[in-house]
Parts: sequence; C-alpha cells; structure tokens
Amino acid sequence: MSGGTRLENANPLIFQRSGERLFTATDEDEDVADPIDDREIFDLIRSINDPEHPLSLEELNVVEQMRVNVNDEDSTVSVEFTPTIPHCSMATLIGLSIKVKLLRSLPDRFKIDVHITPGTHASEDAVNKQLADKERVAAALENSQLLEVVNQCLSTRTM
Amino acid sequence: MAADNSVLLGLVEEFVSGQVDSKAAETTTGVKTGQFTVLQLVEALGFSLTSSQPQTRGRGVQLLSQVLQECYSSLSEREVEVLIAFYENRLKDHYVITPHVLQGLKALTKCSVLPPGSAVSILKSIFQDVHVQSLMVTDRSCVYNILINLMESREEELKGLGADFIFGFVQSVDGERDPRNLLLAFQGARNIIHRGYDLGKFVEELFEVTSCYFPIDFSPPPNDPHGITQEELILSLRAVLAGTSQFAEFLLPLIIEKLDSDVQSSKVDSLQTLAACGLTYSHKELAEFLPGLWSSIRKEVFQTASERVESAGLSALSALVSCLSRSVLSSDSEDVLQVFLNLVLKDCQHHLCEPDLKLVWPSAKLLQAAAGASFRASLIVSAAVIPALLEQYNNRTQCAQRRTLLEVLQGFVQPTAHSRPTDGEESVLVAFQQSLCSVVFSALTESSASLQVTATRVITALGQQPGLLAQTDVEKAVDHLTRLILEEGDAQVSSAVVECSGSLSRLHPKAFISRMIPRLKEQTLSDQCNVAVRQRCVTALASVSSQLTVVQESSPVLLQVLASAHTGSCGFSVEEVTAACISLQRIAEHARDSEEIGRFFHDIIIPRLLGLCLQAALQSSDSGHCSPLTDEAVLSAVVPVISTACAALHSESASRMAAQAVSLFLDGDVSFLPENAFPSKIQLLQSQTESRGPSQLVCLLMACVCSLPCSVEIPEMDRLLFQLEDLSCTCPHLFSYTFAAKCFAGLVNKRPAGEALDAVLERVMKRIGVELENVSSAQRTQAFTLLLWVAKALLLRYHPLSTALTDKLFALLSDAALGPQVADGFGVVMSDSPDVLNRDCNADVRIMYRQRFFAENSTKLVQGFNSAEQEKKSCYLKALSHIVSNLPRQVQLTELPALLPLLLEALSCADQAVQLSTLSCLQPVLLEPLPALRNQLEALFSRLLALTTSPAMKVRIASLQCVHALSRLPEHMVLPFRPRVLKALAVPLDDKKRLVRKEAVVARGEWCLLGSPGGR
Repeated sequence: MSGGTRLENANPLIFQRSGERLFTATDEDEDVADPIDDREIFDLIRSINDPEHPLSLEELNVVEQMRVNVNDEDSTVSVEFTPTIPHCSMATLIGLSIKVKLLRSLPDRFKIDVHITPGTHASEDAVNKQLADKERVAAALENSQLLEVVNQCLSTRTM
Repeated sequence: MAADNSVLLGLVEEFVSGQVDSKAAETTTGVKTGQFTVLQLVEALGFSLTSSQPQTRGRGVQLLSQVLQECYSSLSEREVEVLIAFYENRLKDHYVITPHVLQGLKALTKCSVLPPGSAVSILKSIFQDVHVQSLMVTDRSCVYNILINLMESREEELKGLGADFIFGFVQSVDGERDPRNLLLAFQGARNIIHRGYDLGKFVEELFEVTSCYFPIDFSPPPNDPHGITQEELILSLRAVLAGTSQFAEFLLPLIIEKLDSDVQSSKVDSLQTLAACGLTYSHKELAEFLPGLWSSIRKEVFQTASERVESAGLSALSALVSCLSRSVLSSDSEDVLQVFLNLVLKDCQHHLCEPDLKLVWPSAKLLQAAAGASFRASLIVSAAVIPALLEQYNNRTQCAQRRTLLEVLQGFVQPTAHSRPTDGEESVLVAFQQSLCSVVFSALTESSASLQVTATRVITALGQQPGLLAQTDVEKAVDHLTRLILEEGDAQVSSAVVECSGSLSRLHPKAFISRMIPRLKEQTLSDQCNVAVRQRCVTALASVSSQLTVVQESSPVLLQVLASAHTGSCGFSVEEVTAACISLQRIAEHARDSEEIGRFFHDIIIPRLLGLCLQAALQSSDSGHCSPLTDEAVLSAVVPVISTACAALHSESASRMAAQAVSLFLDGDVSFLPENAFPSKIQLLQSQTESRGPSQLVCLLMACVCSLPCSVEIPEMDRLLFQLEDLSCTCPHLFSYTFAAKCFAGLVNKRPAGEALDAVLERVMKRIGVELENVSSAQRTQAFTLLLWVAKALLLRYHPLSTALTDKLFALLSDAALGPQVADGFGVVMSDSPDVLNRDCNADVRIMYRQRFFAENSTKLVQGFNSAEQEKKSCYLKALSHIVSNLPRQVQLTELPALLPLLLEALSCADQAVQLSTLSCLQPVLLEPLPALRNQLEALFSRLLALTTSPAMKVRIASLQCVHALSRLPEHMVLPFRPRVLKALAVPLDDKKRLVRKEAVVARGEWCLLGSPGGR
C-alpha cells in the first residue's frame, strides 16, 4: 500500500467501529417476522473496504447509520455517504460499491437510492446523476477493470 | 571361496557391461552378509576401473560407491585410507566419473574411522579438482554433504586449514540456485560462523555469497515434493547473517537499503533480521548505524498499513535497545543507551502532546517497545513520558482524548518480561504512584464506559506490581469497584470491573473482605434489589473468591441466597438461584489448586447444600409448598457445584465424603447435615409417585460419589448399585430415572474389573433384557435409558462387554416405539456429558474411544440402514449424523467418501432434527476440496438449495452456511453452479427472519465474487 502512488488523503481520521448487532430473543423466535431496518442496511455496507485505505467505510465515517433510511413496506432504501474530502476522486467508485453491495444483498423488490450527503462534495450532482442512472451503473459493471475494483471493495478482508 | 569369486565377478560383469542396475543391491547384500569383502570387490572391479572407456570406468566407480554407501560402517581405517587415496585420484579423471566419485567420498566421510589428515586431503582435492557450480543439482548437494559431514566429525582438522577452508567453501557455494542445496549451504555457513572457524580475510566474501539471497523471495512450486518453504530458507539464512558481529559493517547498510523496498515481505524480513542481530551484536558494531536504523524503523511504524511490518519494526527497536542496554558504561564516554533513547524521545514525545492526537499510537508503541526492552530503558523512557502524559490527561476534557491517553499510559504501566525490576530495585513508577492513582480514580468516576474499562485495566496492572498501590489506595480502588458493580449497567464495564476485582483480590484479600463483600451481601439479600444488580453481585462474588479467606466470606452469602429462596423470602426467581449455583461452582473450581478450599467445601458448603435440598424435597412431599430448590433446573445447577468440589478432594476427605453420602442415601443417616431437624426414617432411593419428591435427589448422590478420584473406595457398593438399578428401572419420572442411570453408570465406569463387576453387569443386563422384551411394559424407556448409560460407561473404558451393549442399541434402532429415542441416544454416547463420565469427573476415559466406536460400528449402521423398512430409515440416518458430527475433524475427512451418499440421503429425510445435525456435520467437511465431493456436487446443491426455504429457521441458517462453505471450493468445481445458486439465494434474502437474511447475504456475496474479476 505505502510507498507506491501518492494517496489523495494520506492520513484520514479514523473512527471507531460499532460492535456487531446484538441479537435478541425475538430474533430467535420462529414466528415473529423481523422487518428490514436501518441497522440491518447499515450492517450490509459498513464493512465495505475503502478503495485507497485498508479501512472500512465505517472507520472512515463515509457511511453512518443515521444516514441510512429504509422502508420495508414500500420497498425503498436510501443511503447517503460522505466522502472524506470534498474533491475525492473515489466518490463515484465508493457510491458504486455501496450500490452493488445493496443490489446483491437485498431482495429485488427494493428500489435503491445511493447519493452523496448534500454539501460534502465538489461535484455532488454529477456523481449522484451517475449513480441514479440504471444503465450507466449496468455499463460500469460490464467494464471488467471497474468490476475488479468494486469486487475488491466488497471482498471480506482475510488478513 | 572360488565359487564366491566367480559369483562376484558375474555380478560386476552384469552391472558394468550389462547395465543391470539391480545387481548393485545384490552386491551390497553380499558384502553386508560377509559373502565377499570390499577388497575382493575392488579386485573384481579391476578390469573395469582400468578400462580405456570413461563410461566403463564410471560404471565401475558407481558400483563401488553404491556398495560403500551401505557398508561404510564396517570398513577398517586402513581400507578407508586406501579408498580415499583412490577416490581423490579419480577426481582428476574424466568428468563423467566425478558424480560417482563424489558419492563414494560422501559415504567415506561418514566413517567413524576416518584416518587423521584425510579430511584435509579430501577437501583440498575437491576444492582443487572440482568446479562445484558446473555440476548437477544432486552432485552439488553431494559436495555440501561432504563438507557438512566433515565439519561434524573433523572440526579440529578443518580449523587447521584456516582461511583456505573458508575460501574453498565460498568458491563452491558461490552462485547456487537450488533451494534444497541452499538449505545445505546455509547450514554449512552457519556451522562456520557458530563453531568459531577463523574467517581470516574472507569475511566479506562469505557475507557476499550468502547475503546475495537476502531478502529471500521464493515461492515453492505447486505439488512441491521436497516441501521446502520460504520460511525455512528465511530462518536458515537469518541464522547465518545475524550469526556474527563481523558481518555488521556489511549487513546493517544492506538492511537499511532493503527497508526502502516496496515489497512488504522483504521489509518484514529485514526488520526481523535486524531484531536477530540485536542478540549477537554489541554497541560497537551498531553505533555508526543507529541514526539510520532508527529513522528507517520510525518511518515503517509511522507509515505502514500492515500490522506485520509494524510489529516487526517494534521488535527490531526493542532488540536494538536491549542490545544497547547490555553495553558496559565506561567513565569517560557518554551513556550510549541514553543517547539513543534521547533520539527516540525527541522524535516521538512531541506527538503525545499534539492537540489532535493523530500520531499518538505509533509514537506510543515505539516508546513502549523501547521501554519494554530493559529495566534501564524503561527508567529513562518513563521518566520522560509519564509526567507528560499525566499532564496531558489533566489538561484535556474530552472523554475520547482522555481514553486514548489512559490507554497509552496503560501500556507504560504494564511491565514486560525484560523491563521488570530485579530484586532490590524499585519499580520505575514509584515516583508517579500518587499522581497515577489520582488519574485512575478520577477516570473511574467519569461517565464514559470505555474510560472506566481502561481505568480498571490500569488498576490491575498497578496492583500486580509491588509497591505501586498503597493500602489506602487499594481500599479506595475496592470502593470504586464496588460502586461500579452496584451501579454500572454497561456489560463491558461490569465484565472489566469483575476481572479487575478478581486479580486484585488475589493480592489484597483483606480489603475485599472488609469493604466489598459486606456491601454485595447486603444488596444481594435485600428485598428491593433489582435482577440485574443481583446478577452482577453474584458474578462478582464468584470472581473475587480465589483465596480461602475470601471464599469463607463469599460462599456463605451465595448459600444464603439458596436458603432464602427455599424459605420464600426476598423473592428469588429460579434463574437467580441457578446463577448463584453457577457462581458457587466457579468458586469450587479453585479447590483444584488449593486443598484448603476443597476441605472448606467438604466441611461446610456441601453438607449445607445437601441439607437445604433435602429439606426442600421433604417439605414438598409433606405440604405441597413448592420451593425453588425442588426445581429440576436448580438441582441440575447444584450438581456441578458438588461434583467440581468432590473431584478435587484429597484422599482422606474424599473417603469421608463417600461414606457420608452413601450412608445418607442408603440408610437415611443425616448426622453430618447441619440444622438436624429431619425425620428419622427417610428413604431417598425409593421410587415415588410424585414428581418433586426426594427421589430426584439421586442427582446429588451422583454428584457426590461419581466424581471422586478413582482410588477412593465407595462403601456398600453392591447395595448401592442394586438400589440405583431398581430406582432407574421403576421410577416413573424422567429426571430421577435418568440420574439414577447416570449414577449407576458413573460407578460402573470406575469399578475395578473383576468378578464383582461381572456379577453386577450380568444382573443388570438380564433385567434390562427382560424389560425390553416385554413390548407392553411401561418401563421400557427406563430400561433403555439404563442400557444407554451403562453402554457408554463401558465403551469409555474399553470393557469387553461394551460391544454386546452397543449391538443391543443398534438392534433397538428398528424398534417401533423406542427407535427415535435410541437414535438420539447415540448423541449421548458420542458426546461428552457435562456432569458425569468425563475426565473432570475422574472417569476412566480411554483416548480415541470415538474413533474406535466408529470404526467398529459404521458398517453395522450402513447395513442396518440398507435393510431397514422405509419408515424406519430416518432413525438410522439420525444415529449416523449424531455419530459423525461428534467425530474429530480428521476422521470425518477420511470417512466422508464412504458416508457421503448416506448423508445426502439424510438431507432429504423429512425429520428436521436429522437435517440439522447432518448439515452441522457436513459444513466443516465442505471446506476441504475432497475428491469424493466432486461426483456428488449436483445432488448436494439441489438438496442444500431446497433446504434454504425449509420451515425451520435453524435448518435454513445451517443450509445457507453450507452453501457459503461450498463457494470456497476450487473455482472449476463450483463455477458451473453459480447462476443457479445466485438465483436460489435471492429467495432467502427476503426471508422473514433477520438471522437467515444475514447468512443469505454473506453466502450470496461470496458467490457473486466467485469467478468475477477481482473476486476470488
């Protein structure tokens, strides 16, 4: 990692990870249906790796639970993410990773909306537009180099 | 003799001219058995050794060398001398002969009768006549082996050669490429360095030929038959490079250079090599390079993202500091350690004080590594760092910053093995004792949980070092801990507090007895106490009780909980009583280390426990009032208290315990129980009709007698066994008859083999047989339970009768009424039972009894399955999955191929319990790419995917875990299934249970990555 190319933000602030979700007795109960809630969505995306640092999006505070909104009945999810610096060139890639992770992990009835926290990025609108465009997302995932980087962000860290 | 000669000539002829390689072995056998001598062989070889054809000469030498490799030990000194002269001469011969000559020389160097001087002459001729690097791999290895052999046996002679030997060695090793040979070459070089050969003027040359491989970058080829790992090469090269301080001037610049490399592994290797140098070098060699080394290490630790590099850097720094600490101070020069540490402090200390605390951790780790290297270093570093940290802590107000500072402080407070003060020295922290304590106590009063947790850790560290906590400080600490136990609800804090109390109470029991226990007692037994506080008190009582004096105060409190629960005051629930029992058991575990605690349990606790339970049982049979102490859950929790304590009893108290328990249960002798107010005629082992009656106390009998050491003789054994047998066969209550059977089994397991045991077994077998045969009998389940436990008891000790009993169990699998119970019974047989028949209970358990059971019975099971009627097959499958899932992993892997079809069958069996246990035993096995799986993948996938929508949540979860495990198999095996799996896993993503969705997400994520770029 170090030594090679220059990093855009070489020394980011690191935030504490929240613990694993604590499971309650109702989670074990066969008859109770558990709705998909904010924390569950947050758990899906918090462990995504940052493209530059060996850290998770949660540790960099790129995603926060309060910026996740889900409505199980209406089948909608909205996630806001905050790039570490206002002109982070990785913003699109991070957004794409979040989107792909949700596409792979949620039932297809959900409409998934991923966008940048308002006012935190220089080219916010352009990135949001790219992420909202279904065809552009699909085309991006046809590109094997891009897919490779996204997959690396989504791999579970073994080390 | 003449005949032998012609035989030998024939063999030689066939080997040399006929090219029949097998004749060498025959010749060897001939020489070994004394049929021919080596001399005769040489004579017979005469014509081929003098032939004009180099190939023929080569063949001749080859035969001789092969024979010598087997027979070198029987040679005389004279023979060896002649042979060596011959071989040395042959080295000058044609190059095709050289390999065979080297083989022969290798054999001769192993001789114990090597004549003096020959080692030198062999080496001289090799160095002179052989160009090692132009030989083949095996021949080069032969040369290295000759060198190593001679170094082993003729060290003095080689040292006499002086620098010539080193030069020869360097020349032969120079340019080696094969990893196998490199290992030998490094071994040779290590011998040279460690055994004190004089390197003369060839220090640099020897360094050059070895250091050119540093850092080692080698990845073994797939299916490597030689099994050489990169790790092996790295370690053996490191032993050479770091072995002598003569290399320092060359090695240290090399390390500094390699640390700038981009390759992580070479950084790690360089740092570890540097750490190894710290052990052999002295200040003299290091001095010149210290600033450079320090700046490289600092750069690595500050900038790296990898934990391996960081920890290697820290241990390198630590090694450097400890090396400097060893240097002798001279009066005129400055203290080198002080100079170096000043450098470190200058670069690190200011980071501890910067407002955003960004580089606090790397700096703190570096400083801690330096301080941990020696006592003197810790003095210097602590004197500079601790006041600064304390001041920082007092100046900051934010909790997060204070926590960071306190965590850093904790690292300095905890001494390492090297920085511990020796006798007569005071701890480095004594000067700061007051201010440290006040910081810690103020942290304990903060509201932040993580700050409190860190503060308890610092107290623990302080408490473990003598002289750092004054008596008043200990008392203050105990007051704080008590307050936190009573008031703090956070799980993390209370577990940290409990841990800290445990470690402090070992050293300062008095403070705990006088200040903590009374308050916990008051809270526990008060009426207004809420459940969570009570729970924390009870846990804390257990964890502070490791010393007898504390145990004497704390365990009566727990007993009082039981007593008031029995009388119905204070409103204790069954869960709280159970928790008190668990705490008592944790205290009882200390009886293993301390005989006094064991005796205390025997004298006070166990009689009172028995008395309470007996009172409760008798009362309920009289009046109908239900005491919690008659609850099965509570009784099951009392059992481990008694059995843990009894297992640790020593001979005399153990025999007394046995006698008291037996007389209580057989004759109703209550004399040893306190508060003796029991009716005179009590019959505890009689089968009764009511469920909460005294008969369930048989579990306490089991706890008392079944865990005692094997050597203790139990009085009236036969009468006891007879009563237990009777109770277990006739009692209608599940709890009572099961424990009676367990108790019977526990006693049988320990009883010495002999006629008495045989008679008991014969009688009980007869009785079980009769009961089981009578299909209409109401007591068939009881008889089966007894059979099951006796079978387990005998199986564990490899008793010859155990086969007959297990066969009976197998036969019962097809029984219409008992089948399912029998199938589950195999789970009992194969798993460790927690309260009886395990090693902690001193039971006679032979090693690998599970494997043995499986090996003897798996075929019976498979046959039984094949011949069973359709509706009874599920019992066999259930039994099979119980047996397989309890086997050790290694055995599972070897047995799986044979059992896989049956396990797949079990997956499609409708019984959810069968599905679940099969899935749980399949899951670990699926992680290995077994060839047997390959043909079954289709069936496996369709069954597993079908189970992901099973009505039972646990089955869905387990099947998803299996599907996840399959994604790790080699890509070519599972890639064809990817579309199907992804489609099928979309369904559980919308499962109504969160736990199922969680597994589905993980599994589907892995399957998406499979075969995709950047994935796996």
